[in-house]
Parts: sequence; C-alpha cells; structure tokens
Amino acid sequence: MAIVEREPIAEATLVETAAPSAAALRRPHATTGAWSWFTTIDHKKIGILYGATAFVFFIVGGLEALLIRLQLARPNGHVLSAEAYNQIFTMHGLTMIFLVVMPLSNGFANYIVPLQIGARDVAFPRLNAFGYWVFVIGGLFLYSSFLLGGAPNGGWFNYAPLSAHQFAPGHNIDFYVLGIQILGIASLTSAVNLIVTIINMRAPGMSFMRMPVFTWMTLVVNFLLLFAMPVIAVALVLLTFDRLFGTNFFNVSAGGDPLLWQHLFWLFGHPEVYILILPAMGVVSEVLPVFSRKPLFGYPFVVFSGIAIGFMGWGVWAHHMFAAGLGPVATSGFAISTMLIAVPTGVKIFNWLATIAGGSVRAKTPFLMAVGFVTMFVIGGLSGVTHSIVPADTQQTDTYYIVAHFHYVLFGGSMFGLFAGFYYWWPKVFGYSLNDRIGKVQFWLMLIGFNATFGPMHILGLQGMPRRIYRYAPGMGWSTWNFIETIGAFIIAFSVFLFIVNVWRSKRAQVAAGDDPWDARTLEWATSSPPPPYNFAEIPVVHSRDDLWRRKYVEDEDGKVMPVPPVASTEEDQEAGEVHVHMPSPSYFPLVAALGLPIIGYGLIYHLIWVDVIGLLVLLTGVYAWALEPPTEPEVEIEAHGEPDHPDGDGEPEPVPALTAGGTEGGSE
Amino acid sequence: MSALATSAATTRTHEATPHATSTGLSNVKLAVWAFLASECLLFGALISTYLLYRGRSIVGPYPHQIYDIPYTSVSSFVLLMSSLTMVLALAAVQRGDTRRMRVWLLATALLGMTFVGGQAYEFTSFVRQGLTLHTNLFGSSFFVLTGFHGAHVTIGIVMLLSLFGLSLRGKLGPENAETVELIGLYWHFVDVVWIVIFTVVYLIPS
Amino acid sequence: MTDTATQPSPSDEHPVPAEEHAHPSEWRYIQIAIALAIVTAAEVTVYYLSLAKLAMVVILLVMAVVKFSLVAAFFMHLRFDSRLFRRVFITGIALAITVYTIVLLSFGVFLTNRHVTPHVNVPSPTASQ
Ligand code: HEM
Ligand SMILES: [Cu+2]
Repeated sequence: MAIVEREPIAEATLVETAAPSAAALRRPHATTGAWSWFTTIDHKKIGILYGATAFVFFIVGGLEALLIRLQLARPNGHVLSAEAYNQIFTMHGLTMIFLVVMPLSNGFANYIVPLQIGARDVAFPRLNAFGYWVFVIGGLFLYSSFLLGGAPNGGWFNYAPLSAHQFAPGHNIDFYVLGIQILGIASLTSAVNLIVTIINMRAPGMSFMRMPVFTWMTLVVNFLLLFAMPVIAVALVLLTFDRLFGTNFFNVSAGGDPLLWQHLFWLFGHPEVYILILPAMGVVSEVLPVFSRKPLFGYPFVVFSGIAIGFMGWGVWAHHMFAAGLGPVATSGFAISTMLIAVPTGVKIFNWLATIAGGSVRAKTPFLMAVGFVTMFVIGGLSGVTHSIVPADTQQTDTYYIVAHFHYVLFGGSMFGLFAGFYYWWPKVFGYSLNDRIGKVQFWLMLIGFNATFGPMHILGLQGMPRRIYRYAPGMGWSTWNFIETIGAFIIAFSVFLFIVNVWRSKRAQVAAGDDPWDARTLEWATSSPPPPYNFAEIPVVHSRDDLWRRKYVEDEDGKVMPVPPVASTEEDQEAGEVHVHMPSPSYFPLVAALGLPIIGYGLIYHLIWVDVIGLLVLLTGVYAWALEPPTEPEVEIEAHGEPDHPDGDGEPEPVPALTAGGTEGGSE
Repeated sequence: MSALATSAATTRTHEATPHATSTGLSNVKLAVWAFLASECLLFGALISTYLLYRGRSIVGPYPHQIYDIPYTSVSSFVLLMSSLTMVLALAAVQRGDTRRMRVWLLATALLGMTFVGGQAYEFTSFVRQGLTLHTNLFGSSFFVLTGFHGAHVTIGIVMLLSLFGLSLRGKLGPENAETVELIGLYWHFVDVVWIVIFTVVYLIPS
Repeated sequence: MTDTATQPSPSDEHPVPAEEHAHPSEWRYIQIAIALAIVTAAEVTVYYLSLAKLAMVVILLVMAVVKFSLVAAFFMHLRFDSRLFRRVFITGIALAITVYTIVLLSFGVFLTNRHVTPHVNVPSPTASQ
C-alpha cells in the first residue's frame, strides 16, 4: 500500500507569532512532507502509517508462508533446513498475528473510529503516536534477530520449558520474549487511548446504542487488550528472568511447572483470538448494511453478542490445553464453555444473513469480501466447535486440522474482513476509489486460493499429518494434498499482488470518489474525502443510529425509503466560511521515547548494563520532554483559508481552547 | 465538499470540541483508571505465580525461616502512611495551598524511599541467608513479585519528585490539582497492592 | 506525566462548591489512616496468635479486604467519584480474581487434598511444606 500524502488543506499556512518553545528541540510544525510522518500526531496519518506498515509485514509474512509451502510441496523437501523451517514458521505466525492483523485492525480503528463518533482526534494524540512507533520498533526488533544469530523458533506459543535456556540456548527466544513484550506495550497504550476516546469523545447525541458497530467492536477489543496484555506480559517476564537471570519458574528440576506457561499464555491467547476477529466483524457489520441498503438486522443483538464474546472469551482458554491432562473437571468445564461461546458467534452470523436477505444488494468488492468473511468464518467456527469435543480434539490437536481451523478464522475471517475494509474505506482515506473489476478478480482468486490451501488441511490433519514438521515421507498418502496446498498458496500470493496492482493503478487513475461514494450510513462519510485535519468543521449533532442515512432519507407511511428533499443551498455559508481550528501540534518525543525500548532490549540480551542505561535515558528524555511540552503550541495555527489570523488586528492571540476534550495528554506509563 | 465539512463553517474560532467530554469525566483520569484496572491482572499473575509455587521448593531456605515479620510490618506501615501524606498533598493543592502541598509531596516521596530502602535491606539480608533468584522456586517468585512492586514504587517516587521539582519552579498550582490527583491514584494503587502482598505473601502461613 | 497547560481550570468543569463537598475533609483522611494503622496492628497480632490455619487465613483476608477498600474508597475517592471509574477498576479486580483462582484451582492449590492434581510429576519434598 502506498503512503499517500493527504492533500494539504487549501493554502494551509502556519502562522508563527511568538516565543520559541521551551523544549530542548524546536517543536516541529510541518504537517506535510516526508518528515511530518515522523512527528505526526494526527489520528488519520497514524492510521495510514499503521496500515502501510502492517501491509509491508503482510508481504513479509506472506513470503515466509510461501517458503513453508515450497518446503512442504513435495515429500522430503529440501528448501529449508529443520532449523530454518522452525524459524520461518514461528516468524510467520508472530508476524501475521502481532504485526499484521492486530496493527491493521488498529489502523482502521485509528482512522475510522474518531470519524464515526464525530471527534476531532483521539483522546491522547501523542500517546497514539507513541503506540505506533513502539509497534514499528518492536517489529523491527523482532526481525533484527535474523541478522543476529537466528529468529525465534519455538512457535508462536513458545512453550516452556522447551523455550528455556537449557533447551534453547541461542538468542532466538530472547528476541521473542523481549520483542513481544515491546509489542505488548504498544497494544496497551493504544488500548487505553481508544477506550478513553470511545467513551469520552463522542459527539453530542452519539449515545452508546447509536454507535456504529465497528466502533463498538473496537471498544470491546480494546478492553480485551487492556486485560489480556498484562497476562502475557507476566508470562514473558517470568521466561525472560528464567533465560537471562537464572530464575526457576519453568525449571522442572527445581519443581517449576510447565503448565504455568501454558495457562498464562492461553489466558492471554484466547482473548487474543477475539482481538484478532472482532474488528473484522465490525467492518463486516458496516459493509453489509451499506451494500444491502438496509439497516443492520438486530443491531442490539450484534452489539451484545460482541460484548458477550468479549466476556466469554475469558472462560475458555484451557481448550488449548486439553491434551495436557487437566483432569476431568477442568476439561469438561472448559469443553462446555467452549461450546457455549459458539452461541453469540452464531447470533452474529444470523444477523448478517438477515441483513443481506431482502436487501437491494450491490455486489461491489467490499460486499464480496464481507460475504467471503461470513462464509469462511462459518467453516472455521464449525471446526472450532469440533475441537471443543474433547475426545475429538485429542485426535485433532497438533495436526493440520488445527492449522485449517485457525486459518479459516484468521485468513478466511480476519483478512477477508480487513480487505473488505480496504475496499470500503479507501475512497474516504485517499479520495479515490480502488478499481472494482480488479477487486472482484482479486476476491475470487483469493477465495479459490484460500480454499485450495487450507481446505485440504482438514483432511491431512484427520489423516494424522502433524503440524510443525519440516519433512514427511513419500509413502504417507499426504503428497497430493500438500502439492495442491502449495499451488493454492501461490494463487493467494497472486491475488495479493493484484491488490497491489490495483492500488497502484487506482492511484494513477485518481477517479475522484466523492464524499459518500457508497451512499453509506455512518458519520465518517459525512465529511470530505479525505477528511480535513480537524475532521469536522462543526462537530455533528447525532440524532439517531445511522445518522447520515437519516439525514439523507426518510421513510414514508408505508415504510418506503425516500430521499430527503434538498435544502436551500449553503453556498453562502461556504463563501463566508473560514475554518479555524487549532489542532494539537506535532511532536518528536513519542518517537524518541519509543526508541529507548529496543535499546533496553538489546542491552538485556547481550548483558550490557551500559546499553540498558542508555536506553533508559533515551526513554526518560522522551517521556519528560513529552510531559513538559504543551499538547498544543499556541503560536502555531493552521488556517484553512489563509485569512489573516486576527483580522481585528490587535495581535493579541485569543485564548485557545484545547481541542481534545479535557485537553490533556497522559503518558505517564 | 461535503455537508459537514464546510456547510456550517463560520468565521469565528471554533470552540473545537466542547470541554465537557461525553461522560463529563476527565480523559486522563479515565485513562489512569483503565491503566490501573489493567495492572490488576499484572499483579494478579505475579501473586498467583507465588501462590502456585508456595511450598513447592525443593531446597531451602523456606519462607518461615527467613521472613522477618516485625520488620516488614513496619515498612508496610510506612507505605500505608505515605498514602495519607499523598492525599493530604492533594487536599492542599485543591485548597490552593501550594506550600503545604510541597511539604506533603516531599513527605510522601521520603516515605516511599524509606519503603524501597527497607526492601533493599530486606533483599540483601535474604541473600546473606542464602536466598537468591536462583536458589529455589520461593526465591524466584518472591524476588520477582516484590521486585516488580518495588519498581512500581520507584517509578512513583520519580513522579513525586518531578512534581516537587515543578512546584519549586512555581509550575504546579491549583490548576494542576488533577495532575497531583492522578499521580496520587497511582501511588495509592501501589499501596493497595502491597496490602495484598503483605497479607498473602508474608502473613498467611504456607 | 500530565500536561495541564491547556486544560480548563477545575472551576470550568464542575462548580467548585460541589467538588469541595464531594471530597472528604483532611480530618476524615486522618481518621482513615488511623483505622488503617489499627487494622495493620491487628493483622500482625493475629499472625502471632496460634489460631487454626483456616481461621487465621479467613481473618487475615478479611482484614486485607477492609484495608484495600478503605484506601480505594477514601484515598482514591472511589466512593465519591463517578461510578464509571469504580466499574472499570472493579472489573479488573474481579476478572483477575476469577481467572487466577480458576488457574490455581486447576493446579489444586487451594484444595487441601493436593494429590487430586493430575500432574504431580513434580518431585515431591513439596508435601512436607
Ligand atoms: C466458534 C468459535 C471458536 C471455537 C469453538 C474455537 C475452538 C478452538 C479450540 C478448541 C482450539 C484448540 C485446538 C487444539 O489446539 O487442539 C482452537 C485453536 C485455535 N483457534 Fe479457535 N475457536 C473458535 C474461533 C476462533 C477464532 C475466531 C479465532 C481467531 C480469529 C481462532 C483462532 C484459533 C487459533 C489461532 C488456534 C490455534 C492455536 C495454536 O495452537 O497455535 N479460533 N480453537
Ligand atoms: Cu481458543
């Protein structure tokens, strides 16, 4: 995905009138140009950054997947050594989960949520930038392991004690424990920020039950992150201490218990899978109504089942540990709760189907992707329910059947949903639409490739092919399906390539999309495409769910939908209009603070105390400078029409109200 | 351009977002509470690890051989009282009495340092009695749990001293009462975590 | 690390008198601190009494809950502040207690009969502790 510079607002001028800032570094002003991307605190730019970065990681993770498939295409493959294979599949999983699906979802949340709730920015713009930089730096830190002796090789769940120093002496796992820790910090800060944003920054009239479903799901996801990240943080701390400082948490000969890691990991891990799927469910809940020209069927049910999933997601973790032998009570309990969690999921599926049913469907690419999500996710959900039946799971666990399950929910689910989001929101974000014909070809190729790759894994798994083996013998009866899977993987790769082509061609074609190309229902379509830095000149007042739709259409007595008669032109207003909104100023310090973390990480890995001290100093410098600089530099103003700042000419800056409600930044942790 | 982006534009400086948030609550305060809620799961996991491994160490020293309950009771008391001085600092700044606020802030930081100093002494004495991070499960889980707590207290002290420094430069007045309140929330949280640790780790016999 | 430079002064946000009213007096804070000190003293006393283990555990836990609640309710103002804060915090506490209790139960930690744990492949001088 190309990083497309948002067009500068008409003759934006920066008027500087007063004293130099007290900060050590001069405050950055520029809101355009390459450098501005490093200092930006605009939620829309940060959203684009998240999207672009995650997409790059998507390509990298995809290349790793192709390597895996090449290795397994034929029996006794020799593309990768066993050690390289371990590193590649581990990094593939970590990348797709932590560096692709989570940040892509977060990118959408960043860009779309403030627009959907009628806010000018998130609650803590600089904390937002900090979260982004920590994410990028965490990703690079993780990948630097390839250059420094080898990447993590213990699978994404990295079971201890196999990952303890005794059995994994290299630095590979050190990069895992510290890299994921850094990424966790990114997620936690961003979770706090988005929770406060959604609870506190809604436009007047935007009550909770009027909030778009995507915003709702983002709220649920961020609560899940808020509570799940500290759990994995502790698991990682324990393992880090075992590896670096010789503690005994997972040292079996000292009485350490391997199940402790499994519990802590999956206590995080299962909420995590909902963190991965709920945003995509939110996207789909936006797309289906718009392209069916009907309100979402059973909005309250969709919302409450989302909340229910969020709660119940905390009561099923041990279904990943059935094979560990937890005893009959725990096993039965978790089996039942796992079966139950399929209920709210099913509720959503029926609501989506009922939304499409009877609608006047326009089968544009976003719609197709969303339908792809629903169908593929149903398959993945059903195989999930088969895992909840313990005797069956004992057969399935650690086979390719599991790999089939989670790819149906993660690729068939999350990725299809996120692609729906790309096609749906692209015109809003960049002002031009993606080509629908190429989009449809991409969709069908992706669907075919996806099913060719992951469908046969069900069969292979039930035939007993274990996951995470780097070779298999010719006589196992697995060869044909494996070969088909590899072909499928390349079809997926080609479809992703088509997406890139689509972006490139559509960018060149620049077919202006207009503000509301899909005749949509929610507030992000009520502002221009792309939106101005301040989102809305006048904060909208919300009167109903699907507010924008209500502004455009009324129902007559028979319930027929009719356009609202056009009101008198607002031409005059526009001419007189001077939009004069103070936005928080850009800042270097989130980036500076974030840079401290990997330095501390390297210091720990190589036992170099002075490097740790430097990292800590960098972090502290960033945090202090950030805390001491005002969120909004009063003397710098962005004006939409370049009018003289204070036409009355007294030169006295008016007191500037803080933009973000509450006006403050909290970045203490 | 679209309906909302311009049609309603006016010539006056916009009151941006109205100061009142949707809930009427302060953003930062909500953020701090969310963060503290998250910390509950962090300390919960560390305490659970300690409980899981309680009584599972294969070699000594064991807790009852080495805990010094009177000593720890005193340092627990010190931390508890630092919560009082903290809240008095807040009351002072809310009244506009910055001088008292400064005194109480400093008192809180000093009590905090006493606690951390006491912990450092406790750790060294344990090490002298043969308990280190590596000795057994008790050593590992005890030091990591209480060390994490100590690190939290230390961060709190740094923030308190920063506030004190700001106030010396006259940059911490009644209009910043909320800052004091937020750091206070963090400080009290660290205190209540210690209330739990003191009971669960020190007092309850294994 | 809060920056309040552009924040409205408290008086803009909610009328000062109300705020004054909502916050307890300094004397109330001191009373709470005295109560905390007394309960702490009682805790230490209980520790030295030779009570039955179960009774001791229950008493100590109740006292810890009392202290915790006093600090949270008065020093952290949860009693006077918005319900939302209380809910967020209590959600965190309740979730932590629930899930970690289940984890520990699955290890058999609170069960007197520890051998119900299916995985006691732990070398076992532990039982003597
Ligand atoms: C109807 C809902 C679902 C049910 C009942 C379910 C059930 C299960 C069960 C029981 C397992 C463990 C199987 C084993 O290892 O033996 C599992 C694994 C997994 N599930 Fe699901 N699941 C559901 C939905 C999801 C969703 C929505 C996602 C992610 C978006 C997901 C991602 C995963 C992953 C990644 C694994 C494998 C973890 C690993 O071993 O590496 N599941 N699922
Ligand atoms: Cu699960």
